[in-house]
Amino acid sequence: MDTIKSTTKPVPSRLSKAKGAVSDFFLMLYNIYSFVIRFFKEFLLPPYDFKEIVRQCYETGVRSFTLITLTGFIVGVIFTKQSRPSLTGFGATSWLPSLVSIAIMKALAPLVTALIAAGKVGSSIGAELGSMRVTEQIDAMEVSGTKPFKFLVCTRVIATTITIPLLATYVAFIALLGGYLNVSANEGTTYITFMEQAFEPLTFVDFWASLSKAIVFGFTIGIVGCYQGYNAAKGTEGVGKAANGAVVTAMFLVFIEEVLIVQIAGWFR
Amino acid sequence: MQKQKVNIDMTNEVVKIRGLEKSFGDYDVLRGIDLDLFQGENLVVLGRSGTGKSVLIKLISGLLMPDKGTIEVLGNDVPHISQRELEALRIRIGFSFQNSALYDSMTVRKNLEFPLVRNRKGITKAEVNKNVESVLDAVGLSQTINQMPSELSGGQRKRIGIARTLILNPEIMMYDEPTAGLDPITCIEINDLINEVQQNYNTSSIIITHDLTCAKQTGDRVAMLLDGKFQRVGTFEEVFNTEDPRVKPFYDYNFTE
Repeated sequence: MDTIKSTTKPVPSRLSKAKGAVSDFFLMLYNIYSFVIRFFKEFLLPPYDFKEIVRQCYETGVRSFTLITLTGFIVGVIFTKQSRPSLTGFGATSWLPSLVSIAIMKALAPLVTALIAAGKVGSSIGAELGSMRVTEQIDAMEVSGTKPFKFLVCTRVIATTITIPLLATYVAFIALLGGYLNVSANEGTTYITFMEQAFEPLTFVDFWASLSKAIVFGFTIGIVGCYQGYNAAKGTEGVGKAANGAVVTAMFLVFIEEVLIVQIAGWFR
Repeated sequence: MQKQKVNIDMTNEVVKIRGLEKSFGDYDVLRGIDLDLFQGENLVVLGRSGTGKSVLIKLISGLLMPDKGTIEVLGNDVPHISQRELEALRIRIGFSFQNSALYDSMTVRKNLEFPLVRNRKGITKAEVNKNVESVLDAVGLSQTINQMPSELSGGQRKRIGIARTLILNPEIMMYDEPTAGLDPITCIEINDLINEVQQNYNTSSIIITHDLTCAKQTGDRVAMLLDGKFQRVGTFEEVFNTEDPRVKPFYDYNFTE
């Protein structure tokens, strides 16, 4: 008996879909790597666009200030509050300032800042550049010889690399302040005592590791946001995908970098 | 306004294209294009939507790379020159986009200053202002200098888009659908502006359109793009003096009841 062949395309199996998704992901990582190489080739060459860098620092830094302040303060208060019962069980509530400062300085401040910035700054860069791509504004810059990569990408990546470490330092301070207010209200510890105890267990390596993390996170958020926007597909759907891709990819890479930097910092202790 | 006679140097090709092919996936858009643009002429490229008209000018300006063939622009072999040479060449080519592509976040003044400041090192503020005022005057929109693109009408946006290209004094202009989405009166104004640019700035132009009124008013020659090739090239009358069923409906739709 003759077999009847389907005229429609075969439905891909779950395995082939998964294979496709994995290969797409690694292809994207390779493209981001190429984008990074292009950034390092171009960012040292003139023109330097200092004004635009300052404007982008304002956009990424100052405009995130309120959200970052609120989040940092709440993280400090909540972390201190949640840690207290465990320490009380051992009669070790006096260790609370040290515990809070270690957690905030070593992990929470750069990570929380990066996650907030990935959501706010990364998506905003992705959407803005994506919109410029689909409305041919980037092509218009290209054909007038104005070096859009330099003007749009380099300035934004430099801005996020500068502002996110500053924001992370600010978050650390605000979170410690939140922790202090909670400790002060419950244990009656003075500000000076709290800060002495908080900074006692921290080493120079801890500060550098934390700052390095924030710098790497800032660079990652900037480069991923720019990559997604600069390569947005045509149409308004492409703008949404660019914004979403900027957040998801940046967060994913931030977590991987967190693990790697913690590991590397451990070798120097 | 009646198009004035212009001097066209038929011995000097500013754009010379031979055997140009371009595909997107399985779809062959351009299938062996030959084209010459002579110094001082307005060449109109006509064709249905999706026939590759815009692709052609993007290939000429190096925004896309061809699969096959040669593109020579002002003596430069576009697909094979370095990035630096391409950037230098692009300054000599003006590109007016279909949707104007004005920079949303900048005022009209900033839109016009941007290419000038980035391409002319050491230019003074006074020179920048003079150039900005001059091109705005040329397109008749001096009053919009401090407005944002979102505050402009479609016709004004087109004019500012053209002004932004004129500020670099291009030798070649490329217009992508200059009259698309505009009312008839504004279309006539844009057509007049294209002719004024040709005369006052001594440019050679490629005008991509499917608006036959635009083609008739602005074109010194017309090239009809069909099935990925130029099937008819000549004056407006020569191109449409045919019973070809792929060409005739264009004319009938625009000029006969």
